Amino acid sequence: MSEKAIVCKDLTKRFGDFFAVNHISFDVDQGEIFGFLGANGAGKTTAMRMLCGLSYPTSGEASVAGYNVFKQQEDIKRNIGYMSQKFSLYESLTVRENIRFYGGVYGLSDKQLKEKGDELITKLGMEKEAKMMVGSLPLGWKQKLAFSVAIIHQPRIVFLDEPTGGVDPVTRRQFWDLIYDAADSGITVFVTTHYMDEAEYCNRISVMVDGRIDALDTPANLKQQFEAASMNEVFYALARTAKRSAD
Amino acid sequence: MDTVTLQNVSKSYGKNVPPALQDVSFSVKKGELFGLIGPDGAGKSTIFRILTTLLLSDKGTATVAGYDVVKNYHEIRSCVGYMPGKFSLYQDLTIEENLHFFATLFGTTVEANYALIKDIYEQIAPFKDRRAGKLSGGMKQKLALCCALVHRPEVLFLDEPTTGVDAVSRKEFWEMLQRLKQEGITIVVSTPYMDEASLCERIALIQTGQILSIDTPANIIKAYPGKLYALRAPKVYLLLKDTRQYEGMAQCYAAGDTLHLSFKDEAKDHPAGLLSWLESKGHKGVSIEEITPDIEDCFIAKTSIHE
Repeated sequence: MSEKAIVCKDLTKRFGDFFAVNHISFDVDQGEIFGFLGANGAGKTTAMRMLCGLSYPTSGEASVAGYNVFKQQEDIKRNIGYMSQKFSLYESLTVRENIRFYGGVYGLSDKQLKEKGDELITKLGMEKEAKMMVGSLPLGWKQKLAFSVAIIHQPRIVFLDEPTGGVDPVTRRQFWDLIYDAADSGITVFVTTHYMDEAEYCNRISVMVDGRIDALDTPANLKQQFEAASMNEVFYALARTAKRSAD
Repeated sequence: MDTVTLQNVSKSYGKNVPPALQDVSFSVKKGELFGLIGPDGAGKSTIFRILTTLLLSDKGTATVAGYDVVKNYHEIRSCVGYMPGKFSLYQDLTIEENLHFFATLFGTTVEANYALIKDIYEQIAPFKDRRAGKLSGGMKQKLALCCALVHRPEVLFLDEPTTGVDAVSRKEFWEMLQRLKQEGITIVVSTPYMDEASLCERIALIQTGQILSIDTPANIIKAYPGKLYALRAPKVYLLLKDTRQYEGMAQCYAAGDTLHLSFKDEAKDHPAGLLSWLESKGHKGVSIEEITPDIEDCFIAKTSIHE
């Protein structure tokens, strides 16, 4: 699977005369960790919704996992994983039940569900917690479980929307170990974050400003281009140019 | 006199869950900008709810502005401003209506204390007829701050005001707090973002209901145990995996584009030893230097000791 995981050309979403996403173009390679940054209101969520097959673009072209965002939304949904900090697992279901539920939604057979479920619980070292309600687990464990569930069907791409918000520094780094593992196994990781140190962990980063992608490169090249010591400075330099009202 | 005090406060939400707070004590001086720094589940919101008299602790005592949180809850409620972590204004009232409502509730008027909120309110005033439920996250945050300030409180409690907010808006918000501090308001603010700790005068690092340390950010950094090094190489993830295998390694973790690490025994294990070992593993262009830790490094050092 050497072809691109995401190809996006002049993708646009307009609400009335407001361009939420304004002609963005970029490619993401298979197995790449791609950081999708931008201030609140820059258009990240709208762009992500189009790429996940949840919203039709106004114009432009895009394919995700080889499927067209206009015509093949259902195929896209079957071939991606999604996780966000705000919504991930059902708190009133057990660990095992959440795995069964999500695995079922992602189309795994009963046999696969059993195998994958065991494998996942062993990998996360959650044998003792398998029958516990997810609501009673520490946040860090929930996040790791949510990520593992989002890739249980071996999708080509996983979309992570602020996956580490509020998580403690140690768990945040363990979470990134899981991201690297997934990328090593060939899964493309498309991730948004407000932690600028995490931006440094990505292979490439795009920064959205007022619906446009104003910068796209490796962290090292972006820092060089903006003569900045950190991604934080790069982000300030770009986000300050925003004309849209904050957020 | 201290404006906020907590003494040996404990709180549990049930038998089957770990306690939310265990024997927490700290105090905040008058006019101080005090930060509660810790991840979700650390107990930050529980502390706020006890101090704002919305929740009773199981053990311990607490005072705000000289009043006891149990006996004098009524007095406390009228002299504090509170911005909860979850947006709690009336969604179906407009910006202007919300502000007037809260002013009236506290027996004052918007005009009486307008000078205090002017800078913040002017940024959302163009939308004053818009319903609160229809506002963007940044505008909601500003309105909530205005409503918490409209009666010129002695103490302002802000529970994670910058969570989920982008780096630029976060910076602006902290600048607003510095201006409020100059007005003489005591501010207690919580955040999961370790980089915001340095903007507070004193901080409490908190994790799973326990205070790890309380001091100025500078003193917490000074008290970092041992030496911390930054390691650089082109292939960071491979470097991380290999460095963790090194015998004398106490801790090694990613920090932006570098790895931060400390050695178990500095007399025995040293940078040169690690460098030659990494070279034998095939890593090229590796450099190492001693660095000053930041608050996040201190937090990581403290939490791994606790484990």
